[in-house]
Amino acid sequence: MKRLTVPALLALLLAVLLWACMSGALNAYWQSVILFMGVNIILSSSLNIINGNMGEFSCGHAGFMAVGAYVSSLLSVALFTKSAVFGEPLLSPDLAVWLFPLVLLAGALAASVVGLLVAIPSFKTRGDYLAIITIAAAYIVKSTIENIGVIGGARGFMGMGGVMNAMTATANLPWIMIWVFVGTVFSVWLIRRFIYSTFGKGVDAISQDEIAAEIMSVDTDRVKLVAFMVSCGLAGLAGGLFAHILGYVNPGTFTILKSTEIMVMVYLGGMGSLSGSVLAAILMTLLIEYLRDAFGYINTFLHYISVIPDSYEVTQVWKWVLIPLLLVLLMQFRPEGIMGRRELADVFPGLRKFYKFKG
Amino acid sequence: MALLEVNEMTQYFGGLCAVSEFSVALDEGQMVALIGPNGAGKTTVFNLVSGFYKPTRGEILFKGQSIKGLKPHQVTARGIARTFQNIRLWFDMTVLDNIRIAQHHALGYGLLDCFLRTPRYMQRERDIEDHAMELLSRLGLGEVAHEFPKNLPYGVQRLVEIARALSTRPALLMLDEPAAGLNSSDVEGLIKLIADIHKDFGLAIWMIEHQMDVVMSLCSWIKVIDFGATIAEGSPEEIQNNPEVIKAYLGDDTI
Ligand SMILES: Nc1ncnc2c1ncn2[C@@H]1O[C@H](COP(=O)(O)OP(=O)(O)OP(=O)(O)O)[C@@H](O)[C@H]1O
Ligand SMILES: [Mg+2]
Repeated sequence: MKRLTVPALLALLLAVLLWACMSGALNAYWQSVILFMGVNIILSSSLNIINGNMGEFSCGHAGFMAVGAYVSSLLSVALFTKSAVFGEPLLSPDLAVWLFPLVLLAGALAASVVGLLVAIPSFKTRGDYLAIITIAAAYIVKSTIENIGVIGGARGFMGMGGVMNAMTATANLPWIMIWVFVGTVFSVWLIRRFIYSTFGKGVDAISQDEIAAEIMSVDTDRVKLVAFMVSCGLAGLAGGLFAHILGYVNPGTFTILKSTEIMVMVYLGGMGSLSGSVLAAILMTLLIEYLRDAFGYINTFLHYISVIPDSYEVTQVWKWVLIPLLLVLLMQFRPEGIMGRRELADVFPGLRKFYKFKG
Repeated sequence: MALLEVNEMTQYFGGLCAVSEFSVALDEGQMVALIGPNGAGKTTVFNLVSGFYKPTRGEILFKGQSIKGLKPHQVTARGIARTFQNIRLWFDMTVLDNIRIAQHHALGYGLLDCFLRTPRYMQRERDIEDHAMELLSRLGLGEVAHEFPKNLPYGVQRLVEIARALSTRPALLMLDEPAAGLNSSDVEGLIKLIADIHKDFGLAIWMIEHQMDVVMSLCSWIKVIDFGATIAEGSPEEIQNNPEVIKAYLGDDTI
């Protein structure tokens, strides 16, 4: 009974979401907010393995997201829809509904292989140097994509809308909502199982005292490798979902600013706290959406009180001042984030009644 | 055949010869000591044997096989465990987790088992936890299993470190100054504990220790080094009366 509560709640949540999407109770805008929330939850909770549990400083999560986004997009477009790049679909579009999880999985696997780019240097180096290496890895990915002309280069790649339409043609359901929901639950579930196992706790041991870990039987290279591959793989999964939400991808999305946004979520939630990462992803998604409007008001207000010249408009670009600033302030004044190293169940012990935490 | 055999092991740090031509042969179930003044190179000997440094020269055989050049976790997997002069627990996770993680070399499952919670995974995790709890209660630490080491008194942290080393199921346990920082009543308890562990677990123990009462009451054989070089070895009585040792290690004082 105890173990069923959370799955039952999740099933109920999915049912409500589907009903809300189909009945129009949720308009397209709010649907997209919820979809991005899901993607952000995957991104922050997966980065949390490295930046939280392992205590490393990876600044290139967006790069792995890009790998997943492109690999799964190219695959799904080639397989299920007619496109300028690949021509006729290789498989019947009817299969899209069934094979889409495999397409996402392929993107995730590709991203986790590219994760080796970062994992292997991490055997030898830590801290600042590894941070620089992760930034470099993300740029290598981005520039590589920009320089492959056939898939659109810097202009980006599209056609995933056709794949989503193929699914709707098979069964008229809000498919993308289903995939994002399932992907999010799957990711959090996977991470939970990993970090609560004795194997996964090796990651925490490395963060607290790497030398002691190595001497007390932890194969630190292997644990790091696995942690990076799990983390980067899930970033790839998030990328695949992201690309199919938008219907197009553009390498310009996967910059260091995107990585920063994910980092803010991790540090806001609390390093090494899975529930903190989930919570912070939800909050940040809402904040970013709120800012979209807020900058308009701020612009009007600042013009009204004549603080800025008439020729200058305060636009979305300021998001990229605000988010890094948030990171700086967070590190300065509350480095432990919302949750610290604790989980929800530590803060609200009553929750244990409903689910066996830290199982 | 000796359990551990070290032959003419030498270690340089730049120009400094921290350990020079160090040799030792340790039999199964023996309890011996390595002593010497501060900076003599004792901890370095442990670091070399446990694989943290690779010796400049010399060989290290464990159970007849060379372990020179193995990574520390591989050395641990072969059956050598140690504690640290300055306690190096994972202070921000529970004592139980500390003990569990030290069984990493014998997990017996992989990442997929862990994702899928296969029967093998469930069984192994249960075994790992049982082994950990058994050890903790054996050392009288059952009460603190769910505490964080950072909140425990120093003496208890030392015991947790010994428990963590035992958790790897070693054939040789190396203790680097286990009595350092303990008060005299704790030291008495420690002497008794080490003697019990030695008997119950049937393992060889090799300790570095400055407190002579610990060494004298536990060890059958003592090796003394100074400036990296061996200056004496023998039974506790022989060492006590060796003029070289008295000069190097104890200055002008007598024991
Ligand atoms: N990694 C290192 N790099 C350079 N020098 C080192 C290193 N490790 C140890 N040393 C030097 O080697 C010598 C032996 O040090 P070691 O720690 O082995 O001494 P010790 O006998 O354990 O002393 P103590 O009783 O103070 O613990 C010292 O001079 C020390 O400064
Ligand atoms: Mg020492």
